[in-house]
Amino acid sequence: MTHLIIFLFFGALCVAGAVNLLVQRHPINSALSLVVVMGSLAVEYLLLGAEFVAAVQVIVYAGAIMVLFVFVIMLLNAGEEEQTKGSRVALLFGIPGMLVGSVLVGWVLIERTGSQSVAAGALPGAPRTIGWLLFHNFLLPFEVTSILVLIAIMGAVVLASHPDSDQGRKES
Amino acid sequence: MVPISYYLILSGILFACGVTGFLIKRNIISIFMSIELMLNGVNLSFVAFAAQWHALSGQIFVFFVMVVAAAEAAVGLAVIIAVYRTRETLNVDQVDLLKL
Amino acid sequence: MTPDLHLWLIPVLPLVGAAINGFLGKKFSRQTVAAVALLFSGAAFAMVLFVASRFSSLTTPHVEFLATWIRAGAFQVDFSFYLDQLSLVMLLVVTGVGFLIHIYSVGYMWEEGGFYRFFAYLNVFMFFMLTLVLASNYLLMFIGWEGVGLASYLLIGFWFTRDSAASAGKKAFIVNRVGDFGFLIALFLLIRHFGSLNFEQVFQSVAPITPESGGAGLLTTVGLLLMVGAAGKSAQIPLYVWLPDAMEGPTPVSALIHAATMVTAGVYMVSRSHVIFERAPMALTVVAIIGTLTALFAATIGITQTDIKRVLAYSTVSQLGYMFIACGVGAFSAAIFHLMTHAFFKGLLFLAAGSVIHAVNGEQDMRQMGGLRTKIPWTFWTMTIATFAIAGIPPFAGFFSKDEILWRAYQASWVYWFIGLFTAFLTSFYMFRLWFMTFFGEYRGTAEESHEDSAHDLAHDDTRAGAPAPHGQGHGGIHESPRLMVIPLVMLAVLSFTGGWIGVPASLGGSNRFERFLGPIFHSAIVTEGGSATAAPEKETDGHEPQTGHGTELLFTGISVFAGLVGFVLAWLLYYHDPQLPQRIAAGLGGLYEAVVHKYYIDELYATLFVKPLIAGSALILWHGIDQDVIDASVDNGAQGANEVSDSIRHMQSGNLRSYAGWVAAGAAVVIAYMVWMGTR
Repeated sequence: MTHLIIFLFFGALCVAGAVNLLVQRHPINSALSLVVVMGSLAVEYLLLGAEFVAAVQVIVYAGAIMVLFVFVIMLLNAGEEEQTKGSRVALLFGIPGMLVGSVLVGWVLIERTGSQSVAAGALPGAPRTIGWLLFHNFLLPFEVTSILVLIAIMGAVVLASHPDSDQGRKES
Repeated sequence: MVPISYYLILSGILFACGVTGFLIKRNIISIFMSIELMLNGVNLSFVAFAAQWHALSGQIFVFFVMVVAAAEAAVGLAVIIAVYRTRETLNVDQVDLLKL
Repeated sequence: MTPDLHLWLIPVLPLVGAAINGFLGKKFSRQTVAAVALLFSGAAFAMVLFVASRFSSLTTPHVEFLATWIRAGAFQVDFSFYLDQLSLVMLLVVTGVGFLIHIYSVGYMWEEGGFYRFFAYLNVFMFFMLTLVLASNYLLMFIGWEGVGLASYLLIGFWFTRDSAASAGKKAFIVNRVGDFGFLIALFLLIRHFGSLNFEQVFQSVAPITPESGGAGLLTTVGLLLMVGAAGKSAQIPLYVWLPDAMEGPTPVSALIHAATMVTAGVYMVSRSHVIFERAPMALTVVAIIGTLTALFAATIGITQTDIKRVLAYSTVSQLGYMFIACGVGAFSAAIFHLMTHAFFKGLLFLAAGSVIHAVNGEQDMRQMGGLRTKIPWTFWTMTIATFAIAGIPPFAGFFSKDEILWRAYQASWVYWFIGLFTAFLTSFYMFRLWFMTFFGEYRGTAEESHEDSAHDLAHDDTRAGAPAPHGQGHGGIHESPRLMVIPLVMLAVLSFTGGWIGVPASLGGSNRFERFLGPIFHSAIVTEGGSATAAPEKETDGHEPQTGHGTELLFTGISVFAGLVGFVLAWLLYYHDPQLPQRIAAGLGGLYEAVVHKYYIDELYATLFVKPLIAGSALILWHGIDQDVIDASVDNGAQGANEVSDSIRHMQSGNLRSYAGWVAAGAAVVIAYMVWMGTR
């Protein structure tokens, strides 16, 4: 019972944060709503027993990536959104399409899963087990993603460096 | 005991909000944040299914998704900075020419 | 074992000459081009002489097979050549007269542009004509038939920058095509009913058929259709209109193609198909009637024309009418005899006319000539011989052949004979009219050319053969043509004088060797069951004719000579004695004279009946309707459609991120829907 209440509470918080992200005009408000969403999601992960994932969600996602977003908003002095005329197509085709797509997928998944339930903490995802899997079964993807991160670093540095300057070269 | 379908509905709602944000927002950074929202929704469904089928690889996959999201966010924001330097605007409707 | 005479060489040699001159002649000097042309046409002539020398040892018909062409089930057409007496006579005429005209052309065309082109076309003509004559089946003959039409078109329009020449070439080709249409249908009928176009097979299949009385049998239809083709090629009514216009071409072309050889192809074809015609009396009657009408009709026009070449053109039409009269009454060997003598004297007349035109610097109107006999003596004497020959004065060549025709015509119906006689009178009249107007009286042309020294003439005669004397621009007055042109004139004059002697009929004491030579061909046994009187078979003329026939024949011979002399006297009266008289007569006749001078307005009639509606219809339906509105429109609309489609799709590429995202979302929805649908099926 408590399981359900906690789930519903933080689920509502997620949805509220998501809707707020859509509604807010200033990007900083959207960023902060997104942080709320991520926090609530971390709780949901805990409910499902994914401890490591929840921790990583808070530390990396909410703690690093969102901070990066906030920094960039500050750097670029992003103000409130202007009301420019956008694309009719996006609204005309995109939203109905998205609705249709998600409804369909949802319907299929729900039908398939039926009334199966998950208990709280059903699958303990302790760091030890995660780590064991990561370095044994998923070693190759792990190494590949590390290279990916390296490339991302280099790309970000090059792209964001000032033009006509050697700053990018000198930083490691 | 929460039915798995509740998690999936929540995941779907988050994903739909992410797509809607992508479609209606004009600030490029907001659009990026909508993308992150979409990724989060998908992560939730991964974890939910991993719990249902007792397959830990679901959670491993979430781990990888997060790594990729981080990389993508870094590079994407760098691109935004570069575009902002030349275009002086963050409005995505005003950046519609391929030529810089 | 029949000896292989390599008959295929005869047509192919001129073709090789044409190829060399055609492809390489532009770079050759004039001497080389002329040498090549003369070499190959002369070689063909030599080859024919060789074949003639071996002829007596052959069994006729001598057929040589070269290659198979078409084999479609039971129907087969080969490239094979057919030699018998008839084709030998034709070969000698074509190559002999052709070679002489080649020599003449070297001198005549020396100063003209496109020298190599002329000789290439001339050799091409020889190739096709020889193919026509040597063909052993109707299809190969048709190839030659079409080919000479093509060569005629090319040569009539030789000076193609002149509108009148280009139009004349077109007219000749198109009118010929009308005739060819009839010819083709006849060929189709032959294939349908006899399964072959090979002469031997067709004639063997036709031989047992009894002659058709009355109208509409198969052979009559075939004969009439063949006659349509012959009318086109040999300029008979109603398809003669191209021949006078064909005088736009150079004079050697008129001599070779439109007098001696191509126009006789119709007569040859009818003679070759005599087996068919003899069994279709109605068709023969039609042939005779057409020939008679044409002979008279053209002769009446000829007496009013003022262009020297036009007179000769109408004369050709008229003389061809004589040949068809002969065919129509069944006297095929007489027709061929006249064909041969006509080639001699008409060819000579045209060449001499060319010499006259050359002498007066391009003037062709006889009213601007006169008194030329002292200035161009060689031309004068050769042309005189030709004029006497065509007028039918003995002992010149035309007398024997024309007389033969008139006698045979009388035996069929006195109407043919009478009209033929009257036409002979007209022929003599207009030819002597030409003779008097050109060579006698005072010179009526532009004055400064007439007073040049006659010493000039001698100087010219001594020029080396092959050295040029310009015949267009004022080189210095009226002068005789160079030797290269005069020699063929002389040779043709000799032939015009002596050529008739091989056909002297029994009534005059001869043995008519010509008719006996062609006898084996035209002596086919006819199964006559009440055959009509118009299809008289060839008579034996080797001296066993009853003496009573000779008296009548001699009487008629005398009458025709008399008609010729009357023509001479009348012409002397009107054009030498009292030159003002013709104008008074013309004024007196008023409208009738106008009609004749304007060729009975036939060209205008054809223009209104056929040409203008065709052009209007073609412009309306084919040009505007189909070409513009269907073909052009479909292409244009296709392009425009593609343009519009892409124009509308172009808007997708806006560069706007959100619209791209919208499309992606919509597309993803479609894909998901499809997958769900597939999954739940």
